[in-house]
Amino acid sequence: MNIVVTIKQTFDTEAKIALDGKGGIDASGVNLVINPYDEFAIEEALKLKEKFGGEVTVVSVGGDKIETSVRTALAMGCDKAVRVDDPALADADEWAVAEALAKAIAKLPYDIVLAGRIAVDDGSGQVAVRTADALGIPSVGSILKLDVDGDTATVTREIDGGTELIEVKLPAVLTAQKGLNEPRLPSMKGIMGAKKKEISVQTLADIGLSAADATPKMRAPKYSLPSPRKGGKVIPGEAADAARELARLLREEAKVI
Amino acid sequence: MAKGIWIIVEQNKSEIRKVSLELLSRARELADKAGEPLVAVIAGSGIADLAAKVTPYGADKVILIDDEKLAEYTTGAYTSALNKLIRKEEPQAVLLGNTAVGKDLAPRLAQRLGVGMASDCTGMEADDENFLSFKRPIYGGKAFAEVAANARPVLATIRPNTFPVAEPDASRKAEIVNEQADIDAADLRAIVKEVAIAVSARPELIEADIIISGGRGMKGPENYKILEDCADVIGAAVGASRAAVDAGWIDQKFQVGQTGKTVSPTLYIACGISGAIQHLAGMGSSKVIVAINKDPEANIFTLADYGIVGDLFEVVPLLTEEFKKLAS
Amino acid sequence: MNFELTEDHVMMRKMVRDFAEAEAAPGTEERDEKEEFPLELWKKCAELGLAGVTFPEEYEGVGADYISYAITVEELSRVDASLGVTISAHSSLCANPIYLFGNDEQKKKYLPDLATGRKMGAFGLTESMAGSDASGTRTTAVREGDEYVINGSKVFITNGYYADTYVITAQMDKSKGNKGIAAFILEKGTPGFGFGKKEKKMGIRASATYELVFENVRIPAANLLGQEGQGFKIAMTTLDYGRIGIASQALGIAQGAYEQALKYAQEREQFGKPISTLQAIQFKLADMATSIEAARLLVYQAAFIASEHKIPVSKYAAMAKVFAAETANRVATQAVQILGGYGYTRDYPVERMMRDAKITEIYEGTSEIQRVVIAANILKG
Repeated sequence: MNIVVTIKQTFDTEAKIALDGKGGIDASGVNLVINPYDEFAIEEALKLKEKFGGEVTVVSVGGDKIETSVRTALAMGCDKAVRVDDPALADADEWAVAEALAKAIAKLPYDIVLAGRIAVDDGSGQVAVRTADALGIPSVGSILKLDVDGDTATVTREIDGGTELIEVKLPAVLTAQKGLNEPRLPSMKGIMGAKKKEISVQTLADIGLSAADATPKMRAPKYSLPSPRKGGKVIPGEAADAARELARLLREEAKVI
Repeated sequence: MAKGIWIIVEQNKSEIRKVSLELLSRARELADKAGEPLVAVIAGSGIADLAAKVTPYGADKVILIDDEKLAEYTTGAYTSALNKLIRKEEPQAVLLGNTAVGKDLAPRLAQRLGVGMASDCTGMEADDENFLSFKRPIYGGKAFAEVAANARPVLATIRPNTFPVAEPDASRKAEIVNEQADIDAADLRAIVKEVAIAVSARPELIEADIIISGGRGMKGPENYKILEDCADVIGAAVGASRAAVDAGWIDQKFQVGQTGKTVSPTLYIACGISGAIQHLAGMGSSKVIVAINKDPEANIFTLADYGIVGDLFEVVPLLTEEFKKLAS
Repeated sequence: MNFELTEDHVMMRKMVRDFAEAEAAPGTEERDEKEEFPLELWKKCAELGLAGVTFPEEYEGVGADYISYAITVEELSRVDASLGVTISAHSSLCANPIYLFGNDEQKKKYLPDLATGRKMGAFGLTESMAGSDASGTRTTAVREGDEYVINGSKVFITNGYYADTYVITAQMDKSKGNKGIAAFILEKGTPGFGFGKKEKKMGIRASATYELVFENVRIPAANLLGQEGQGFKIAMTTLDYGRIGIASQALGIAQGAYEQALKYAQEREQFGKPISTLQAIQFKLADMATSIEAARLLVYQAAFIASEHKIPVSKYAAMAKVFAAETANRVATQAVQILGGYGYTRDYPVERMMRDAKITEIYEGTSEIQRVVIAANILKG
């Protein structure tokens, strides 16, 4: 089975966010990690490989600095990687990234494409679904369970208030929700072995796109920080008195009960 | 002729989802400013009656796509039908709720249409320069991005509970148009075998007006009963922090935070939650925050509107009793 | 000269830290309280390759360098010093002497199990009358045909009882003093080999510290490590490398305590502002951070030298160990001071860290012995 996993490098969720003075997000001193949801996708890919054999290829879009994350995926057990890197992708939006991923994936043999359901940085949750459409294959989002039998995947996916059981013909894009599995850590041997694995760096031209094909559909975002929330009042007194006072305040002052 | 602002309405058999009414209400305000008609699009099977349910919230026109193939939501059938309709009618904007359906359908449609999209927006404005601009939380609410599109239509999903539902105006009239669903066979490669909606009297987390959440301080799964009892008195949903989910005390679907659900209820009651940055990211936009924690240094108190330093096992049941008194 | 860690090292640090925080941290205080050995965590460490970082792939080890090993022990100890020393004693004090002094047969027999962590190792040198002075060794080994017969006991043995494989020293010819000592490989379960008292310790309470008892323990002659009379040299060389492990453990404790203090200082408000705005606290934090960086440079330098094998590691390992150990004690004590009353309670980990730090000045050579080693190195010739 040929499995593709798309990953994105994101800030550690511990990171405090600041602006850099030029209107961008300040990335200095921030720990860069594999998007946590993409780790679920990697784990699921490795489990499929362990079950059915085959190869797991990591595909990602980004510059040199994402190499550490791609290498980490290889250390976890993925076999090889494709990194699409092109100056024309510097301001890429979800549309452009999906186009690039789809073109890079289309060059590979693939039976299944796994991705995280959302990235914890921009939180847009678009790229994997868009990639499926660009590839002309079905997608199922937010999966909690996956069984593959021949050319069919049976998937449990999270919907509002419950779950859905979906049968989908492969190849398909599946996006991983927390709960799908527990991602493994790379082992020491995996880390030592990762540097011997191939990361193929490809430009837009290599995957058959022009710079114009990657023109963003969205304008450059303007960033701002939320106004800090101020702590309010701590209600003093014994538990019973404090609870009574809180209930009163919620009704009379905040008017939310 | 302006082509309008479209709201893709979500319905569950006979009911319109609240988020769709929120979208209609806000878009009504913006439609006038932008000089665009407001169009409600309802897809499904046996939905003719629903037109009357959205008209009072401001729709100038209701498009009904009534087809058996649309009875259950599937990505392929809905994408296929809506893509063709959008290409034909050329709306300026297509808005959806940031729900399971919206998150699945909108990006797929956007790619097929070759346009941009703003996800999970918590603000939406009309202006001359951008037509519509959107404010959306990024880094789980630790920052905001203001975005607008270069191309038309622009797609967006709006976070539930962001905009109030307007008072319905029963006197409003709307043009009702029936459209055929034109679905490509190639789009039907996924079949929904089964839908399991958890039977719960409590509201869905992302749409709840009130959430009562428990964290590490809950000490074990059995203690969530205390929160549930309180929730049922005030019509709240129950949530949890990552610490409680990772400890295996409660299912991850209840997790609020950067790697869980992002919520913005009117009232958020955090019990035994220290206030890790990832949790604050998921609930920081709540209108009123209450913290109950025995550690006076807990970070949650730095942003709570009201706090009680005390043992949640003592305070929460007392609070439940107080809420009961208010309700009676 | 390049002070940057390699991409591998960075990845290893993240992996061990993620592991320690997710798996070890939630139970560290409870294991300390109950003096409960982290056996399950040991198994998980083994799965990740942490039991055999420096040993070559031909023996199923990871084949990484000593800096990788230092990072491993440092990151484990940052969260749980008991777990840190479990790995350190296993790798440095048991697998390493077998790797350095074992013959091919011994290496093939013992190293794969140890390097993969299928088996745990321990080292028995110290006796009640032979601490810093190994010449006081009273455990005896006598050759009888194809066997050695061992009698005596060892005290304060880290990983004792839980370990499967032991490297121990015994006196064969008292008249020769240190030169009469030999080293042996001993397996748990050998008749006559038992365990005595479990120590109740001030710190690293989750690590197992046992007495080993030998009563007419018969082992095959093939279990002699190196030559007869080479035991003291084997032990000293073992400790030279082992000190890198303990120095890394001390560094980890210091780092953990410092991070706790830093976080607390930024959150705790007194006089209407965080105490981190007070110069008295700032100076403490600055000194803590500076000494930790200095310790880290010494530890990584010793680890670098141990990997390169170009010059003897003895002096550098001793310098790293004494400096890191004293840093850990100073930093942990200051961390308790910054947390004040809370720091003195078991609700915060700095209380444990202060107790854990002390042992790093004592075992695998006291701070005084490290200075003896350093002085001997700089005064010789």
